[in-house]
Amino acid sequence: MHTIALVGNPNSGKTTLFNAITGSNQHVGNWPGVTVEKKEGFFTYKDEKYTLVDLPGSYTLGAFSEDEIVARDFVLKGNPDVVINVIDATNIKRNLYLTIQLLEMGANVVLALNMIDEAKSKKINIDIKRLSERLNVPIVETSASKKIGVDELLKVTVESIGRKTKPLEISYGKYIDQEIVNIQKLLENKDFLYPKRWMAIKILENDREIISLVSSDSEIKAYIDKLREEDKIFELDIVDKRYDYINNITRELIKEPENVLTTTDKFDKVLTSYIFGVPIFALIMATVFQLTFKIGQDFLGGYVESFIGYIATLVENLLISINAPELLVSFISEGFFGGVGAVLVFVPLIVVLYFFLAILEDTGYMARAAYVMDSLMRKVGLQGKSFISMIVGFGCNVPGIMSTRTLENKKDRMIAILINPFMSCGARLPVYMVFIGAFFPKNGGIVLFLIYALGITMALIMAKVFSKTLFKGEETHFIMELPPYRLPSMNSVFRDMWEKVWEFLKRAGTVIFLVVTILWVLSMLPAGVEPYSKESLLGRIGSFLAPIFTPAGFGTWQASVSLFAGIAAKEAIVGTLGMLYSPMDLTEALRMNFTTLSAISYMVMVLLYTPCAATIATVKRETNSAKWALFMAIYTFLLGYIMAVLVYQIGSLFI
Amino acid sequence: MVLTEIKPNCKCKIKNISKGQMATKRLYELGLNTGAEVKVEKNDFGPVILRVYGNKLALGRGLAEQIEVEEVNN
Repeated sequence: MHTIALVGNPNSGKTTLFNAITGSNQHVGNWPGVTVEKKEGFFTYKDEKYTLVDLPGSYTLGAFSEDEIVARDFVLKGNPDVVINVIDATNIKRNLYLTIQLLEMGANVVLALNMIDEAKSKKINIDIKRLSERLNVPIVETSASKKIGVDELLKVTVESIGRKTKPLEISYGKYIDQEIVNIQKLLENKDFLYPKRWMAIKILENDREIISLVSSDSEIKAYIDKLREEDKIFELDIVDKRYDYINNITRELIKEPENVLTTTDKFDKVLTSYIFGVPIFALIMATVFQLTFKIGQDFLGGYVESFIGYIATLVENLLISINAPELLVSFISEGFFGGVGAVLVFVPLIVVLYFFLAILEDTGYMARAAYVMDSLMRKVGLQGKSFISMIVGFGCNVPGIMSTRTLENKKDRMIAILINPFMSCGARLPVYMVFIGAFFPKNGGIVLFLIYALGITMALIMAKVFSKTLFKGEETHFIMELPPYRLPSMNSVFRDMWEKVWEFLKRAGTVIFLVVTILWVLSMLPAGVEPYSKESLLGRIGSFLAPIFTPAGFGTWQASVSLFAGIAAKEAIVGTLGMLYSPMDLTEALRMNFTTLSAISYMVMVLLYTPCAATIATVKRETNSAKWALFMAIYTFLLGYIMAVLVYQIGSLFI
Repeated sequence: MVLTEIKPNCKCKIKNISKGQMATKRLYELGLNTGAEVKVEKNDFGPVILRVYGNKLALGRGLAEQIEVEEVNN
């Protein structure tokens, strides 16, 4: 089967194009050895099947990040038959910078000139025929979001298979050209898998990957050291020359009107303004949570709850009617429906939250949020871009922590990772919801907003603390693209949302099911004990731990056990509570076992304490250190505990 | 002159960036290389917003102060 690779800048519409070509025929995995996501899909053209590999979006193919290395290694070593390079037609020159590098590698490139409709409405005039001739690559106009040009792109791509190409050779000026030739000579007859001229250029570009690869050869290493001594590393000159080349090629071929005030500019005047920027952002987030609450809980949640209740009764009755063993009935009704069912009730809520987060991302607003937050973030020693990882954390801390990869400097990244768990993820939402339902049925939206606000506040305070203590001195800088505002494509919003909901469902079916099962077994032992009683094994463990939480107001064995179950997965907290109080209605049970104040302190604890196992594992992977993962697990626990105690003790003075 | 001194809606040419290697190369590759003409769209509080080729780029003030430019009259 032929393999086609898809590359392009971030915001070039690459993912939309990938979805438009492969439809639902795709799967997501990981590139071997790294944590970069690998998306692969299939499409059929004229009865033949092709593989399409979506490479990570990047501006360049240097060794700046894992993403870039993955992308260029696939182009060079994965032997794709064709590389489709997606280009934003409204921003051709900058996008061509990546194209030039692909051509220098000798890749068989087809250009997809995407967002062509936008370029036309902006009156950008492109002489496609001549551009194609000068670059010596086929160009197809597309608009992935409107599915324009996709068939034509596939036709041209398939026709290009087997097209003979040779690497583009740009002149980098007499001086650098001479050095390229010198290094090429040294590389000759050496057993490296990359094209020689490309390697020579990369060495002169100070590419750490390639330099460390060739340094195994003492002769070449000595030569590079000599170059360094003579200050002959031409990193920046090479970039300059590539842009010169692009400007030369595109001269007269691209005409764009100057000084037009676009819709994006008009929106930005307000959304990024000094006075309105932050308040609008706060308003948007408050609205998102209010809507999530209204639609996800009050409206949809009710249906799902009665549906699950209906199924539970049905199954239970069925089991009883066929004389199933009592133990099985108990497991199904209390363990499974009491535990996993309690989590499933919140699926609509998660769906709605993810839906809104996907819209914020898709419209381009997320970048503006980072912009307006930059000043505030700077005060705590961070930068605006860190805020994006925080917002992503609202969905789930795992991708939140992974998204810190876009932060160029180590200090920014470490702090952003360490504070991410305070951004309350979707899995913790069910906990607040059951407590809000039991104690604050009237002011749910506000309470929820306050919890999230407390999370953000703690994150900012800890960021400040870390930047003053653990990571002193290092300077941070903010570089971010502000993509044009776009109407979100419902297709990609739903796809994005579905991927995350599916993750949630999978966890409900695996980790949470496992936790609930273990807890159920523990609650049945030792044999003969009354299930779910204080005398059961589970009750004894909980009772042993409970006194720790007495100062925080929730020193019951059920509360303690559920908090520890929550370290496996946050969804398990509600599941565990549901099971432990079963068959009593959870809301009723909470009203009996918590006071309004201890409900608040419990929610504060859940918000701040040790993140779930998956998050801790991600911290270990991303920081490459078990020490940081452990540090994270412990400091968050202490912080959550101290805050919960403070809330309860200070609150007790007033109530 | 440095980038933060340029008024909104004015154009300037990049002369030199005196920042660490990594950041400088990043900026170059994003189109802020020597001689590139950029337009300042916003320069009040917070990051400076530039138009570089077809796209908008926000740069933190600390970084923008390290970018030497030359005003272009139109």
